This record gives sequence, structure tokens and C-alpha cells, in this order.
Amino acid sequence: MLADYITGSLTTTAGTVPRISTSWSIQDILNTIRVRWAIGRMNYKVEPGLYAVGNPHTNSDVFVTCNFKLTFDHVRKALAGMDAWMLVLDTKGINVWCAAGKGTFGTKELISRIGKVELGKCISHRRVIVPQLGATGVSAHEVKEQTGFRVVYGPVRASDIGEFMKHGMKATQEMRTVQFPLWERLKLIPVELSYGKYYLFLIPALFILLSGMNRRGYSPDLAVTDGLRATLNLFVAYIAGLVITPMFLPWIPFRRFALKGLLVGWVAALLLSRFHLTGVNLVEIVSWFLMIGGLTSFLAMNFTGSTTFTSLSGVQKEMKTALPLQIGMAALGVVLWIVSKFFAL
Amino acid sequence: MNGFVYLSNVVTLELDSAKCKGCMMCTIVCPHEVFSIVHKKSVIVNRDLCMECGACARNCPEGAVKVKSGVGCAAGIINGLLRGTEPTCDCGEGGSCC
Repeated sequence: MLADYITGSLTTTAGTVPRISTSWSIQDILNTIRVRWAIGRMNYKVEPGLYAVGNPHTNSDVFVTCNFKLTFDHVRKALAGMDAWMLVLDTKGINVWCAAGKGTFGTKELISRIGKVELGKCISHRRVIVPQLGATGVSAHEVKEQTGFRVVYGPVRASDIGEFMKHGMKATQEMRTVQFPLWERLKLIPVELSYGKYYLFLIPALFILLSGMNRRGYSPDLAVTDGLRATLNLFVAYIAGLVITPMFLPWIPFRRFALKGLLVGWVAALLLSRFHLTGVNLVEIVSWFLMIGGLTSFLAMNFTGSTTFTSLSGVQKEMKTALPLQIGMAALGVVLWIVSKFFAL
Repeated sequence: MNGFVYLSNVVTLELDSAKCKGCMMCTIVCPHEVFSIVHKKSVIVNRDLCMECGACARNCPEGAVKVKSGVGCAAGIINGLLRGTEPTCDCGEGGSCC
């Protein structure tokens, strides 16, 4: 069965090319929401190759993109009203920037795809428009050398393609710069929340099990009351690290993500303790500050991978001190929490 | 400029302006306005905004820009440590996360 975005075909001197729609179906919208929640995100692909938008001719422009369907959808939508070619590279379903970092959206794949679809036969000019973020993997001068095609770097965002073309393929500085506004950070949160996977059940289950321990033996009642309280605290730490820290990222003091997370975690722990949710004895209260602080700090540090501005050298530098401290805090916290079950202070 | 700056004085970015012929490619591909052209030669103007993506080095025809590029991702670095490889986005189970 043909995908619903394919509306027909176009016969060229290099064979038949599928023609695609520039609008989104209900299915496209629902699938976009689905993959934003990390469901089937790693297998959301389109067939690599050449596609036709509108009625492209030998002088029409060629827009290069990846085969992650989410990206593919944004690009074809941005090409509405144009007659153009879309050259989709095989990036194994990964977005342009990440694939460029891995090299799958790269010089080699672009050169071989130009050859495979016999692009030179479909068009008379020798120019392809590559998204700017693809430059991490594509070497414009090497592509030119080996294929004769000149790479023109388009804007960062597909939605700017219209403006870019209107101004004679000139991108403004704003189109060339990667921002990371609140809305873009919010869109990442569902995927962030899926980070814990089965640990989200395993760890609370362990805490509930251990919560029953006390000086007189084991109390199932205590397992329920203290266990649920522990689960709530852990859940709050998880949200503090994966939702609150990304949301308020630019406004939280410190440049190091581990410190940002630690601060947010401790504010959360302070709030919890106001409601006596971190327990009533000092050892347990301290244990919660250690566990929540360590966990939130670690989760916040992991958000570096989702941002658009952290460098490898920077993250390595921050991790060298942060990671041992986070592990140490969490481990000491767990020990103290168990101790608090037996020695109330 | 956007509102985000990561750690200062850590990036491995190097520019040999003697080799630069002023093609402006680095100013085009950089997502964080790290470079600027002054007297027909590229200069680094926002060093701390560099995220080491490597686009400039890959697209400099003269080989004037050097940077040790990689993923600025804690999970990727942990992955690399566990497997004894370079930091990688491939998060096991045959898949990858970004």
C-alpha cells in the first residue's frame, strides 16, 4: 500500500518519481504527537530517494533532507506552493542534526544518493539545498569536487525555507542561529519523561518493599504508608529533573546543569519537608535531601544531550566532578534512609 | 546571540587565520555565530558559544578550522565510558536515542 502522503507520480528521464502532498493528514498529526511521546520514535521513517513536490521541472530546486518522517513532514509542508524536488537521504530514521553528528547525514551518503537517483538526469542545474544543520556531516567542497553539485546551505528551520527562497537563497542571521525557546524545550519533555523506562516501576517497588522494615521486624502497614511517601518523593525528584529544570533552564542560576538540577532538587526537597513528606526524624530528612539532590542533579545533567548549545568538552568537564558526587549522594542517601528505619533521631 | 551560554574556556576550537581565504563558509554553517569576518578573514568572536558540532571544520576548504567535535551529551559520554569507546548517541538495544 502506498503511504498516504504520496499523491501520484511523475515521469522523468531518470524514471518515475513519487509526487507528495504538502499538507498533513489527520494520521500525520496523530503520528507526530505519538512520536513526541517516544512511542515508535526510532522507527518512524520514509523511503530514501527522490520525491516531487508540485510540478518540478529541470530547473527546479532540490531540497535535501533526512528520512525521519517528522522532519520529512515539516520539509514538505514548508514547500507548499512550490515546484521542487526533495532528495531524502537514508539516515536510519534520525533527524538531520543528530544524523549529521553521527555521519549518516553526510558527504558520503549525499554523494551516493545523488548518484543512485541519477539527479543529474532530472535537472539541468548543478545545485542542491542542504539544511544548515546538515553541515556537521556534509562537506560542501568535497561534494562539489566529487559530483559537480554545489551545496547551498539553507536555513536551520524548515519553516524559513519560503523566506529564504524569496530573498534569493539568502538566510538572515536569525535563520542561521539555533535558539532553544520555551516552546521547543516543552516539546522535548514527553520524550524526557520516558527516560526512566521500567525503573519507574522497579525503584518505587523496591522502596515500598524496604519501607516495611522497622526495629520490631516487618510491618506491611508501614510498607504502604512510608512506601507511598517514598514513591511520591522520588516522583517529585524525577519531575524536578526532567520537567522543571528544562522548562526554567535559562532562569535557573549556574551554568553547570548538575548544579541547576541540584538547586531545583533541593528546593523541591525543602517543599516536601515543609509538608513532613521527607519524614520526621533527622536521619531520614537528610537521606531524602541526598537522594533527591543526587537524582535531580543527574537527570538535569542528562538534559545536556537534548539541548542545542552544550559542547562535548564542557559536558566532560562538568561530569568529571558531578558524576561521582551524584552517585555518592544517592548511595549515602539510600544507606541513611535504611538506617533511619531502625534508629530514629 | 541567544540567552544560552555553557561553560567558559573549555572548547577545543582553533582557527589558523593565516590559512583563511575569507570564503565565509564558517560564518554560514555555524549555528551560534561564533565566527565573524574582519578584513576579509575569519575571526572567532564568540568562543564560549561554540558547541563543538564540527560544521565549520568540515566545511573549511583551507583546513583552517580545527575542533574536536562530538556529542555534548552526558548520556552519550556515560555510554562511551561503559563501552570503552568515544562518546556515542547509540544507546544500546540496537537503537539510538537521538
